[in-house]
Amino acid sequence: MAESRQIAVMDLYKTYFLDGIEVAAVQGVSFEISRGEFTAILGASGSGKSTLMNILGCLDRPTAGVYMLEGVDVARLSRDEMARIRNEKIGFVFQGFNLLPRTTALENAELPLYYKDGILAKEREMLAREALRAVGLVERERHYPGQLSGGEQQRVAIARALVNNPSIVLADEPTGNLDSKTGREIIEIFQDLNVKLKKTVIFVTHDQDIACFARRQVWLKDGVIIKDSTGVL
Amino acid sequence: MKVTVGLRISCRALLRNKIRSLLTMLGIIIGVSAVITMIGIGQGARESIKDKIASLGTNMLLVQSGSLTRGGIRGGWGSINTLVPEDVSAIIEKCPSVVLAAPVVRTTAQVVYGNLNWSTRITGTSPDYLTIRQWPIVSGKSFTDADVRYSTKVAVIGKTVAENLFPQMPSIGEIIRIKRVPFKVIGLLEEKGQSAMGTDQDDVILVPLTTARKRLLGKHSVLKQINVSAGNEALMIRAQEEITLLLRERHRIHSGKKDDFIIKNMADIQDAAASSMKTMTIVLASIASVSLVVGGIGIMNIMLVSVTERTREIGIRMAVGARTRDILFQFLIESLVLCSAGGILGILLGISVSEVMSIFAGWSSVVSVQSIVLSFCFALVIGIVFGLYPARKASMLNPIEALKYE
Repeated sequence: MAESRQIAVMDLYKTYFLDGIEVAAVQGVSFEISRGEFTAILGASGSGKSTLMNILGCLDRPTAGVYMLEGVDVARLSRDEMARIRNEKIGFVFQGFNLLPRTTALENAELPLYYKDGILAKEREMLAREALRAVGLVERERHYPGQLSGGEQQRVAIARALVNNPSIVLADEPTGNLDSKTGREIIEIFQDLNVKLKKTVIFVTHDQDIACFARRQVWLKDGVIIKDSTGVL
Repeated sequence: MKVTVGLRISCRALLRNKIRSLLTMLGIIIGVSAVITMIGIGQGARESIKDKIASLGTNMLLVQSGSLTRGGIRGGWGSINTLVPEDVSAIIEKCPSVVLAAPVVRTTAQVVYGNLNWSTRITGTSPDYLTIRQWPIVSGKSFTDADVRYSTKVAVIGKTVAENLFPQMPSIGEIIRIKRVPFKVIGLLEEKGQSAMGTDQDDVILVPLTTARKRLLGKHSVLKQINVSAGNEALMIRAQEEITLLLRERHRIHSGKKDDFIIKNMADIQDAAASSMKTMTIVLASIASVSLVVGGIGIMNIMLVSVTERTREIGIRMAVGARTRDILFQFLIESLVLCSAGGILGILLGISVSEVMSIFAGWSSVVSVQSIVLSFCFALVIGIVFGLYPARKASMLNPIEALKYE
């Protein structure tokens, strides 16, 4: 069913230049992800998993190949159309949290709504508070990132990813900067998002213990998929 | 992104670096206040010169004796005395655009009262002179046509003369001696101050024309000039033409020959002086606006630093959906906020500096609404022009690279 194939990647390549040296990060990757799937992308560092994630998150364009997101060919979109997709359809969580410093948790969670038209300040605040409540941080909404622990900061980042109610949540090594206990708590939140809110969740990790939370595991090595535990290969 | 949101983000970013924002604004503050002050001083000077020339009487024409050329050496206007008292009565009779005309003879003389003496200008004229010059008497009275007819030895004195001959005492009714001829002081002129050319207009004694000619200058002395008042400003050109025709005829100047007199138009002099002051104002304002441009470069500099510093922030904003124009606006608004805040402070500073200057330096300064609007708009334009490049640079960043930036 075409409807269920939310993400379809066909023969994707990404080559970039680093100090004049050509780096082939992704070399012909194809897979499909259905609505509501919970997928982990695994691989050693340098396997191209972050590059793939950036493309999936519409932060970067593939050098060659097709990336269809809900039936739209992303490679053909303009810069601003990609920004709109990032704003409305995708929530992205980074390894390094990427919160705005000297800005409260609530305002950080509000951030995507600043770039959405037709939202009142009151609504914005209400939605952000709701998102913070969903990650269990509503009582710390006035705190600045510097006053929060790593796990709490990552929860604010998740709240920010959720605030615009996207259908897809992407996370690039969301537990990479956290200890294993906190990492487990964070990944449980992603599990919740997938189970309770029916979000499509894709996360990148190199940690097997974390990856086993996902129902599907895609292994990358040197820019190609070497194993897809449930998908077709 | 709404403007209000952009404003809030910008204000917060600027308040985070208070000292830096203030220093950046300083360029704009100084620029705007310099423009306002300079325009103020220029306009003030223009007004005061205009007023001073207007104090000579705006409907006034000055007819002066011609120049003398003898052996190839040209003497300049007034070097030959071609005007005679009969010219005056002819002008009044035959020129319909002329309302009043007063002959003027001048000399400098030592004036004595008691044990005080003072050298001053003596002007022999008719009572109409004061009307043409719009010069009232503050105490006593003016001499009359009868005084002119009978060559009465009466004098109307200026304020400077009064101060020097009659310190702290009334002068009316006293007898002064001009070139040993006794004159009775009958009136005191209102203070007129310096002329546009810097001479003290109050350092003068007015006496009847006939008295001056008979007693002080010699019977056949000719006129230095004739002061003429046209009906109104619109009639001045016609009056000038009528007088020229009449005097050429009376002085028997053949066509093709040059006039032996010159007619000066006060309105022309006023316009010329005002327009030269306008030029000066423009020059001053241009110099001041250079500092505004320099201030703009300061803004650009800081905005570039700010963009670099906040590369990561820009990356985060882009990652959550900020479009190119959202980032562009954010930084453009920031630059505009800097410039308008600097502009407002600059306006306040400019007004106070102008005030202080007019109080302490005695320069008249006119702060006009136009100069305020002009300099403020200029500051805003500077904000846009110099903010655009950094803002564009920020908006064109690659989100991935921006996020990786340390």
